Amino acid sequence: MASGECFGLLGPNGAGKTTTIEILEGLTPQDSGDVEILGTPWHEGAAGRALRERLGIQLQETQLADKLTVEETLAVFRSFYREAHTVNEVLALVELEEKRRARVATLSGGQKQRLAVACALVSKPELLFLDEPTTGLDPHSRRQLWEIIRSFRAAGGTVLLTTHYMEEAERLCNRVAIMDHGKVIALGTPRELIASLGAEHVVEFALIDGTPDDVTDALRGLGGVTAVRPGAGVLSLTVTELHRTLPALLTLLQRRDLELSSLTTHHATLDDVFVALTGRQLRDT
Amino acid sequence: MIREHPLFQLALARMREFYREPEAVFWVFGFPIVLAFALGLAFRNTGPGKLQVGVAAGPGDSALVAVLDSSPRLIATVLDSATARTRLRTGRIALLVVPGDPLVYRYDTTRTESGLARLQVDEVVQRARGRKDVAAVRDDRVVAPGSRYIDFLIPGLLGMNLLGSGIWGVGFSVVQARQKKLLKRYMATPMKRSDYLLSFILSRLVFLIVEIGFLVGFGWLMFGVAVRGSLATLGGVAILGAFAFAGLGLLVASRARTIEGVSGLMNLVMLPMWILSGTFFSYSRFPDAMIPFVKALPLTALNDALRAVMIDGAALATLGAPLAIVIAWGAVSFVIALRIFRWR
Ligand SMILES: Nc1ncnc2c1ncn2[C@@H]1O[C@H](COP(=O)(O)OP(=O)(O)OP(=O)(O)O)[C@@H](O)[C@H]1O
Ligand SMILES: [Mg+2]
Repeated sequence: MASGECFGLLGPNGAGKTTTIEILEGLTPQDSGDVEILGTPWHEGAAGRALRERLGIQLQETQLADKLTVEETLAVFRSFYREAHTVNEVLALVELEEKRRARVATLSGGQKQRLAVACALVSKPELLFLDEPTTGLDPHSRRQLWEIIRSFRAAGGTVLLTTHYMEEAERLCNRVAIMDHGKVIALGTPRELIASLGAEHVVEFALIDGTPDDVTDALRGLGGVTAVRPGAGVLSLTVTELHRTLPALLTLLQRRDLELSSLTTHHATLDDVFVALTGRQLRDT
Repeated sequence: MIREHPLFQLALARMREFYREPEAVFWVFGFPIVLAFALGLAFRNTGPGKLQVGVAAGPGDSALVAVLDSSPRLIATVLDSATARTRLRTGRIALLVVPGDPLVYRYDTTRTESGLARLQVDEVVQRARGRKDVAAVRDDRVVAPGSRYIDFLIPGLLGMNLLGSGIWGVGFSVVQARQKKLLKRYMATPMKRSDYLLSFILSRLVFLIVEIGFLVGFGWLMFGVAVRGSLATLGGVAILGAFAFAGLGLLVASRARTIEGVSGLMNLVMLPMWILSGTFFSYSRFPDAMIPFVKALPLTALNDALRAVMIDGAALATLGAPLAIVIAWGAVSFVIALRIFRWR
């Protein structure tokens, strides 16, 4: 990772994102390979603590103490660092000022997540690790967190984050690594990865009476189609020029007397990259 | 400055978590007082009570009842033979007198009360028939301070309280932090491990003062239980006990990943001490062969030391043996806990 960049680790459940990030954080020992953070490997004792002074970490599974208030929790975390934000400063960063005296137990999911990020930011880190910071949040809370990450980067910080959400990675990250079964299967800027599909648009449609086998071949013959992937009841085409392929597709279906039950098109996303690489959908939903 | 120290902040967080949990507060502070109150009432010394004796129905029974009733320590009733038998068996009467010549005393020789009734009844009967006392005697009644059950109980409850709050207080917090991955989160900061462990000791120290104050204050106000030794000595002994049990609590919690797992371990550690360590009754009632083992338990040693200070007014210097046992338990558990502690 380069300093100042936002690097995204993407992958489905169980891909090994948390494992990877915790190895980098020095919390889980690696089975093989070398880890280097801010130019040094992990050490026990004082050297390790000195390195931790410069990191901000949010873990996927941590539940902060229910009985403490927001400001009490932050006071505990800030006491661990030689140089840290004051409680007020960090509350302002994550916009939790009005909740400062609320018990952690009473916070909403989004507020808890912002508090977890605040605990990571309190150390004035150079490098911020965020493990699925927005999973399970509504669009509004997600946007709030994106803003926090953006302003952290604007101040010169480096971020490593994991996520299931392709959209999030596309918006926030300079570079992403797509993981599956513990391996990086693609690495690059979101643009590069999408470009690697060879086409910019995706057409998905379903037919009322199911798909006859020979239709797939006919579809491959259409102009501008770079790939055809039969899914569960849904056919998905990657196409370069939507305005040419779509009329041709409709004519083909009409000629063969096949009726559509649904038809959608979208710009190719990292989701489609994942599907192209693994044949599986990224999100289980 | 000190407010910003991680040890201070961690200890403060620990205390806040504790006093914001009403159940925990009750079990640590309320419950021992309820126990002391109930047991203090049930086993209060009311002086020797009256003894119930029966007189078998038959010729001369009412005259005999009149003689027996003249004694301030006896209450006599005429009973038919069936009733007399059941009352004697169930202990409702200590002894049955069957009128006649000779007079028959029927009683269970293994019961202390019946033995007393035998002496008392015989004295009244013999005197009524003309026996004279030959030696002049005088009763000098004393009530030795510290000889009541409540005097014995309060130091024991204090010891038991230190055990419970040390093991529960430390054990549950550690395992909860581990289960919720909070411990792991702390390990991702530059926090010193020693600060984390010491914060338990520090917060125990603060609660200790409250615990002693509550229980000793209650005993003194309610039952007049005095501390004959110095309060400083009592505090010193209690601090050593609290440290030892905090160490034991850390040891119990050093590996467990779940609350259920650690609960079982805690009971395993505490149950033998609750039973054996002489909190509610003297451990000298156990067979001689067991005594050395019982005495080696930290709660037994602590209870002995607390009683020595409160009841006998012992000075710290004379408590070397029990305190050495307490310190050894604490130090050994702390060192082992530190070595095997699961930090993630
Ligand atoms: N490189 C690897 N080789 C073998 N096993 C791995 C590897 N990386 C991760 N695992 C195993 O895969 C499992 C799931 O990993 P992990 O928790 O990191 O997934 P995740 O991507 O964070 O999933 P989620 O999205 O659900 O949080 C773990 O049991 C982990 O030990
Ligand atoms: Mg994960």
